[in-house]
Amino acid sequence: MNQRLIISIARSLLLARWRQTLVAAIGVTFSIAMFITLLGFMNGLNDMLDDLVLNRTPHIRLFKEIKPNPDQPVNLSESFASSHNFIESVKSSGGRLDIYNSGAVMQAIRADDRALGLAPRVVAPVLYNAGVVDINGIVNGVDVVAEVSLFSFNDYIVAGKAIDLKNIPNSILLGKGVAEKLQADIGETVFVTTSRGEQVPLKVVGFFQTGFMDFDKIQSYTSVETAQKLMGKSANYITDIQIKLKDLNLAPAVAKEYARIFQTDAEDIKSVNAQFETGSFIRSLLSYVVGITLLIVAGFGIYNILNMMIYEKMDSIAILKATGFSGSDVRRIFLSIAVSIGFFGGAVGLAIGLVLSLLIDQIPFNTSALPTITTYPVNYDLVYYVIGITFSIITTFFAGYFPARKASKIDPVVIIRGK
Amino acid sequence: MIRTVLEAKNISKNFHDPVTIQVLDRINFSVNSGEFISVIGKSGCGKSTLLYILSTMDTDYSGDLVIDGQNMREKKEAELARVRNEKIGFVFQFHYLLNEFSVLHNVMLPGLKLGKYSRQEVEHRAMERLKILGIDDQAHKNANQLSGGQKQRVAIARALINDPLIVMGDEPTGNLDKKNSEIVFDIFKELAEVYHQTLLIVTHDQGFAENTHRIIEMEDGRIVS
Repeated sequence: MNQRLIISIARSLLLARWRQTLVAAIGVTFSIAMFITLLGFMNGLNDMLDDLVLNRTPHIRLFKEIKPNPDQPVNLSESFASSHNFIESVKSSGGRLDIYNSGAVMQAIRADDRALGLAPRVVAPVLYNAGVVDINGIVNGVDVVAEVSLFSFNDYIVAGKAIDLKNIPNSILLGKGVAEKLQADIGETVFVTTSRGEQVPLKVVGFFQTGFMDFDKIQSYTSVETAQKLMGKSANYITDIQIKLKDLNLAPAVAKEYARIFQTDAEDIKSVNAQFETGSFIRSLLSYVVGITLLIVAGFGIYNILNMMIYEKMDSIAILKATGFSGSDVRRIFLSIAVSIGFFGGAVGLAIGLVLSLLIDQIPFNTSALPTITTYPVNYDLVYYVIGITFSIITTFFAGYFPARKASKIDPVVIIRGK
Repeated sequence: MIRTVLEAKNISKNFHDPVTIQVLDRINFSVNSGEFISVIGKSGCGKSTLLYILSTMDTDYSGDLVIDGQNMREKKEAELARVRNEKIGFVFQFHYLLNEFSVLHNVMLPGLKLGKYSRQEVEHRAMERLKILGIDDQAHKNANQLSGGQKQRVAIARALINDPLIVMGDEPTGNLDKKNSEIVFDIFKELAEVYHQTLLIVTHDQGFAENTHRIIEMEDGRIVS
């Protein structure tokens, strides 16, 4: 009963000053709308970039690098164990580019339940034959099914179908840049010269575009088997194993472990793309800061309006107190006013934010990096809406708290005798 | 049955700004139920100050104030608000109606705050009181559409809504012309004689005071008669 009475008094005071109320509410509405729009848009972009980098990059890549052997014979000798050995002009040895015992390695990784899956690769350096000119290039032999399911391989494909690599023998998926240089169309045959000097005809089944020009000018894809044939190697010749983990955060630790167990080099996504997460974090932080700043400005607006209202309503407050409303009742009346401005202003702000997000979602956005995206990305996560309405209520509560406390402390005797 | 409604025991009050001045000096008196009392005195003799102490709104005094057998000194702010709501009705020189509400709603507010009756009952009781005061036809108008005399009558109705033990008035006719003053006085008189309402009215209107049952005269912070 008391609460209902307080709310009904708050509502009457609000409606009696509806123009001021509206201005205050518009401040909140505007800031919440901007907050939602900004966060939705920023996080949409973040997700897109996550997609670009995180989803398409293996969490761990196992490969063999040609480098000098760190275990030189002198280090193994017991007589020099306590001395500091300097060896100059150490040369790389053992030019093997494939992973030792790749079949067993892959089996072991498949059995590891931290790993979501793996995709083997065979990297074959070739020359593309364009009439009299040869162009340097690299053909990657890939397991198409694994690449599609683990690394969104289909997102790159701008023409043709990736699965044809598997279905059509001796087929090739050309980088957009390579295809332009070779003037090759789907269904045509291109010739590549392998490192062994053989000329091999391959059928073009499609084009891909990653957005990295240098990459698209050099690379193309074929099946693992075809690549092995190009290299003249057997079926266990695998140069890279790309692994996707269930939990991205385990990547550095698991990479180290695999490098030790399988005697290969290992790279993890965190060390390779360390700057990436920082970028995402800064973008989110910026949108929160802008949103909260807007809300605080709106909060000051509410504070001002409530203060003015209290000066205008001194008499009303005095008589309410004289007729039996306690200080805390008066405080609750003014807090109700503030919080309801926050709640309704915020709710309308959420709706406007959603509409703005939907509008942004319609704006065309073409980027060569992401052929499958045609409009600006927007994230509609409910969390931002919950944060938005919570912030608006909290800010208005604090904006209302001090004026309300002042109102609750008004001495009715001073007001009434002052007349 | 006559009982003591309000009792002032040795109430003193000093103003400290800028120098200490004693405004009330050991005031002792009591009010019995059904009495119609007026407090008179020259301007500045402390009669209004006394009234605000008796009304529990001013708590800065020494001595004891007993209302309905309860000492007000030990009570907290919220409890005093409750006492004002339940046991005291106020009529001020200025009407203090809330312009945001209708006349009826203004009268109902203290009743709704009390929470003793349902909303319908409070509304019914408010209409009854407006009828006694002859302004029930104005009930649904906004408070600022009424004349000064009508507003004061609404304020009286508001004071009566919770059947208070005592109605206190601070110069209730001070702002009114002769005709309206007479109407308001007649209302008080009727309340006292027909409804046996206890009334304690501060006034400087000698004519008004002479028609009440008992006159308390003050001078320089003391009761002289």
